[in-house]
Amino acid sequence: MKAFARILVLAGVVLAWTAAYAAAPMGFDEARHLLNRTSFAAGVDDINAFAKLTRAQAVDQLLAWTSSRTVTPPPSWINNFESPRRLRGMSEEERKAFQREQFEKGVELRGWWMTEMLTTQSPLTEKMVLFWHNHFVSSLQKVKSPVLMYRQNLLLRKHALGYFGDLLHDVAKDPAMVIYLDSASNRKGQPNENFAREVMELFTLGEGNYSEQDVKEAARAFTGWSLDPDSGEFVFRQPIHDDGVKTVLGRSGNFDGDAVLDILLAQPKTAEFIVAKMWREFVSPAPDPLEVKRIARMFRDNRYNIKVALRALLTSDAFYAPQNRAVLIKSPVELIVGTLRQFRFDTGEPLPFLFVSRELGQDLFAPPNVKGWPGGEAWINSATLLRRKQLLERLFRGQEMRQMPVAMARDDAKAKGAARLADGRERLIRAMTDIYFDGDKWLAQFRPGDPLLARVVLAADPVSPPAAGAQGVDMLRQLVLDPVYQLK
Amino acid sequence: MDRREFLHMTGAAAVVAWLPGSVFAQRAAGRYDNLLILVELKGGNDGLNTVVPYADSEYYNLRPRIAIPRDQVLQLDSRTGLHPSLQPLMPLWQNRELAVVQSVGYPSANLSHFRSIEIWDTASKSSEYLPDGWLTRAFADSPVPKSYAADGIIVGSNELGPLAGGSTRALTLTNTEQFLRQAKLAGPEGTSRNPALAHILKVEQDVAQAAANLNTNYTFRAEFPNHQLGNAFKTAAQVIAGKAGVAAVKVSHTGFDTHSGQQGAQQRLLKELAEGLTAMRTAMQEVGRWDSTLLMTYCEFGRRPKENQSGGTDHGTANAHFVLGGRVKGGLYGLSPALTRLDGNGNLPFAVDFRELYATALDRWWGINSSVALNGKFRPVDVLKA
Repeated sequence: MKAFARILVLAGVVLAWTAAYAAAPMGFDEARHLLNRTSFAAGVDDINAFAKLTRAQAVDQLLAWTSSRTVTPPPSWINNFESPRRLRGMSEEERKAFQREQFEKGVELRGWWMTEMLTTQSPLTEKMVLFWHNHFVSSLQKVKSPVLMYRQNLLLRKHALGYFGDLLHDVAKDPAMVIYLDSASNRKGQPNENFAREVMELFTLGEGNYSEQDVKEAARAFTGWSLDPDSGEFVFRQPIHDDGVKTVLGRSGNFDGDAVLDILLAQPKTAEFIVAKMWREFVSPAPDPLEVKRIARMFRDNRYNIKVALRALLTSDAFYAPQNRAVLIKSPVELIVGTLRQFRFDTGEPLPFLFVSRELGQDLFAPPNVKGWPGGEAWINSATLLRRKQLLERLFRGQEMRQMPVAMARDDAKAKGAARLADGRERLIRAMTDIYFDGDKWLAQFRPGDPLLARVVLAADPVSPPAAGAQGVDMLRQLVLDPVYQLK
Repeated sequence: MDRREFLHMTGAAAVVAWLPGSVFAQRAAGRYDNLLILVELKGGNDGLNTVVPYADSEYYNLRPRIAIPRDQVLQLDSRTGLHPSLQPLMPLWQNRELAVVQSVGYPSANLSHFRSIEIWDTASKSSEYLPDGWLTRAFADSPVPKSYAADGIIVGSNELGPLAGGSTRALTLTNTEQFLRQAKLAGPEGTSRNPALAHILKVEQDVAQAAANLNTNYTFRAEFPNHQLGNAFKTAAQVIAGKAGVAAVKVSHTGFDTHSGQQGAQQRLLKELAEGLTAMRTAMQEVGRWDSTLLMTYCEFGRRPKENQSGGTDHGTANAHFVLGGRVKGGLYGLSPALTRLDGNGNLPFAVDFRELYATALDRWWGINSSVALNGKFRPVDVLKA
């Protein structure tokens, strides 16, 4: 009895201590960690402001600030869907011109998104749009319509921090997705299983939680989901829909596609699959199974409210645990956008960054396959690591000359793809000479020798601290070339 | 010789060849002067339209729209022929340097791209998950000489595949000159308990070692076709010619996931493949390496025998693959696709386990013990000259 009472007291002390800890201001390093993981980079003023908040206050603040509205004007052609039927009567020459035009539009589309990421006041929204782009994958390579890929981006944006169930239902009928996973050729008696398989394997349940038979049956339910080739809008074609009884995951009925999606959403595995993936994106490469189950339950109980899951992850002890700091590798887009935002670079057209991002393995709107970018350590191999360093080295070498040396820009203008754009090389060179970093102004935020500077720039101590006597932009260049700069 | 009789002989010869190997292969130094080049046909090449069973009426029943017409097939024997785009490979076939292995697969086939290529890359059972690639395990057991520029290079892809994990020195290359210029930025040596940082530090070290050993001094007279695969082979050939040494090369050829409109796409892809392979042969002959080069194709799966409604094919199982090189015994291996014995999903049974091909490379080509890398004993396919 005595022992029991002692345990109770002890438990009380622990609880009170935890509560006090959670209610305490988070401090500089935790604020830096939170802001860097949820935005592309954090400035010293923001970090200081967040340092005064508790974890819960900080996360609530972040989530309250998110907006699904974009600040970058979209390309002019977004309402002109080009029907693939147009290609039919074309001569070889017209076809080539059409393809060149589509390529230009694809570049413009990527530039639009990159610019939004560089300028938005709601970087968490962009991080989530990227997350969903890498979850509900479609690629311009196969969809071949920049208009439809733009519309899909708007859809991901609309639900980025909304409800996962709504997102799933809408994305399944999204025209780009209908093309990407061959739904349009899935018809009664002649099923195409592509969408049915991927929706289970990659979008909801994860591998091992369904059978081949479930795939076959679900494919029948999705028959008739198609596309109007003139408008590019989703249409349901009743005559090719299989309205027989299907059995999916043990439930039988005359299911249509939406009914199957609801069956998938009702499975606890779906919530766990999504939460584990968010964990790998925001917390660490190794999700804690118990915590994932706890948060997944909350997620499902709250109608798959994405903010609920994100809040639980970002306020969890695991998120702030020392062993989970600096353990994630920045994606190419995070590295590029993060660097440009962190150091307040002036930039012109985003063209150079689109090409370098692709070289680093992340071509926006064109993930390599339906599983998306594998991420993590796969971002870094000998070729991509060297390209990352070359980019950083060049960005921080411009200071002495005021501009990126034109010769260097010419070297990069050989980048594959630039030649396919009208005036591609000239545009690329101009855009590169427009890149400017005002090192003195940026450094003026810190006292000379201020240890805070390295704590803002790096997520952990550098492997090799800058050489003694290194100053100014030279010192910054040494910091960003340290391997730790690749981590978040 | 009748095919069945031939297969029997193949088996007997393989057993004889294998036995002494297993006795002496305890951490034998691998013969890594023998080069292995793996060519990945990403997305799952349709083997039935690549190596065509043109005498089988069931083939034409299953594929009324996309079958290769009998009169277009490049005949290998009275039953089997190649896709017409593979014409450049015919001289190799006639010279008996090309082995065609049919019905390659594994038990309980998985139809997901990602899972199935993982099974191939890690040489796992369908039901087991292994962290490291099969070459990584082989090199851990029988290390590649430290003097080599790298254990393996990957060209034209960012996926390490069979070279993933462990402490393998795997180098990803697109262009050697550019690599050497950039390598000057390779950073400090070091280790870390943070796995992400440890990974970056290891890559930095691999870069430094490779840069010290690679050069672009040799210029080929052989011409490489001007497409992505041709460029990848060219980069690989330059590394090989540089004599710094690598044991394995992985080259990727992408776009084989032909769910719709297969004909045009596959026609182009196979043409590029044949051009790339023959250019590689010419280049290796030029530098005297063809007799010490073994090329093998592989991919996650073959495609379903029955065509779909979109003029394409869905994910399947057993597949046909090519093995070629100066010391390859050309001919047909494995079994013709059993089109009348499809499983419940309409897919083919396999006759040759893909790990038997890997065992060929490990036991017979490199002279190392394959059972460690393959987690079991697999009988090599007897495609190599003694």
